[in-house]
Amino acid sequence: MMTSSIDEFSNSSPSDGGEPAVDITGLQVSRGGRPAIRDLSVQVARGAITGLLGPSGCGKTTLMRSIVGTQIVAAGTVTVLGHPAGSAPLRHRVGYVTQDPTIYNDLRVIDNVRYFASLYGTSAESAVGAIRSVGLDDHRTAYCGNLSGGQRTRVSLACALVSEPELLVLDEPTVGLDPVLRVDLWEQFNELSRRGTTLLVSSHVMDEADHCGDLLLMREGRLLAHTTPDRLRKDTSCTSLEEAFLTVIRRSATAGSDRAD
Amino acid sequence: MILLVPSLIITLMYFMFQNAPHAPGQPTPFNNACLIMLGVFPLIVMFLITSITMQRERVSGTLERILTTPLRRFDLLAAYGTAFSIAAAAQATLACIVSFWFLGLHTEGSPVLVFLIAIINAVLGVGLGLLCSAFARTEFQAVQFMPVVIAPQLLLCGIIVPRAALPEWLQWISNVLPASYALEALQQVGAHPELTAVAARDIAIVVGFAALALCLAAATLRRRTP
Repeated sequence: MMTSSIDEFSNSSPSDGGEPAVDITGLQVSRGGRPAIRDLSVQVARGAITGLLGPSGCGKTTLMRSIVGTQIVAAGTVTVLGHPAGSAPLRHRVGYVTQDPTIYNDLRVIDNVRYFASLYGTSAESAVGAIRSVGLDDHRTAYCGNLSGGQRTRVSLACALVSEPELLVLDEPTVGLDPVLRVDLWEQFNELSRRGTTLLVSSHVMDEADHCGDLLLMREGRLLAHTTPDRLRKDTSCTSLEEAFLTVIRRSATAGSDRAD
Repeated sequence: MILLVPSLIITLMYFMFQNAPHAPGQPTPFNNACLIMLGVFPLIVMFLITSITMQRERVSGTLERILTTPLRRFDLLAAYGTAFSIAAAAQATLACIVSFWFLGLHTEGSPVLVFLIAIINAVLGVGLGLLCSAFARTEFQAVQFMPVVIAPQLLLCGIIVPRAALPEWLQWISNVLPASYALEALQQVGAHPELTAVAARDIAIVVGFAALALCLAAATLRRRTP
């Protein structure tokens, strides 16, 4: 079942120009004395939406932090858009939205986005565009502390969009949002993808996987599968992705115990 | 608040000392106390504000996010240093104006020097605050760094007991604390019309401490964390 990643993504993403957006080999990370990522190798295709799925605590955030270059890694290489992760040329090209909205609650929406625009060295007008693209035009001058959780998530997203990144890393952007907002956000992600942005989106809700072109299934710091929603269904003969994921976990557990013997 | 509180407290001290007896020909007790306060306030206030602000940046994740942008660490520190120092400068300006014009503070040396030392103290407070924010897990802990970092400096710098009267081992500790030099410089300015060599040396030492604190603070701003 452990599908090979290379031929997989070249099938699933015809837009791929050869070089992957993210190329990880042999990544190992330990956090708090415990291995958070164990020998993970994967390639993320350019121009696609790749979903990073797995139960909470499986290493999704750690993997994302490794990709944006804020995580100290124990071993392995992470290459992003042809450069080592976190290196200076990438800081204009990679956007990162953390799980909790990292915005200033005592500033207005527009000031938050303008602040990040100036950090990225883009114009103040681009802030207006970024706010429009997340649908917060009406709240432009509202203080972020007065916004709902979902709105704050979108402000946080706007702060990343303002630099028009080539790769957008989104950590559980839809967690705790109502279904309407979730649909809205996924539409925005699709729109970004159509315009050529590569998106890596993590979630622990399997029903969001259908929005993604590629799927990375993680568990306990390991990559269980690199697949697509359709292929996952076919391989596991399950109709619901939730079921399919559980099947993959069960199979990997037996494979793991076989190996241990 | 930042602007007004020091001036108000200095005014309060003016009235405290209003009826206090003092030997004729000597500077009034208010004169001494006010001079000390002008130096101490920027240090305390800027330390508190900086350490809590930076601690919030670190915990809220905004700092990590800022460090994924093209901004350089030095730019970040310089920006924070400038922003807080401007606030400190405004505060010190107001406090100096109130003290010198309305409350009759008199120093032998130039008020400009008093102002300069106040600003340097503020920058020192910013540097120490940035540094301490790295070791505080919560805002609550950040506040508690104030008694740890600032209180010993104020106790040992010669305000309460003259430094020469301290036991030798405390004098040694006092010698490595920047506030001792800041206070000595202020007292020199208070007592001598010209900039004395001691005052100049003291100012240079405090600037050195401030630069060191800022450099150490820069070292705590890491792009990669465990």
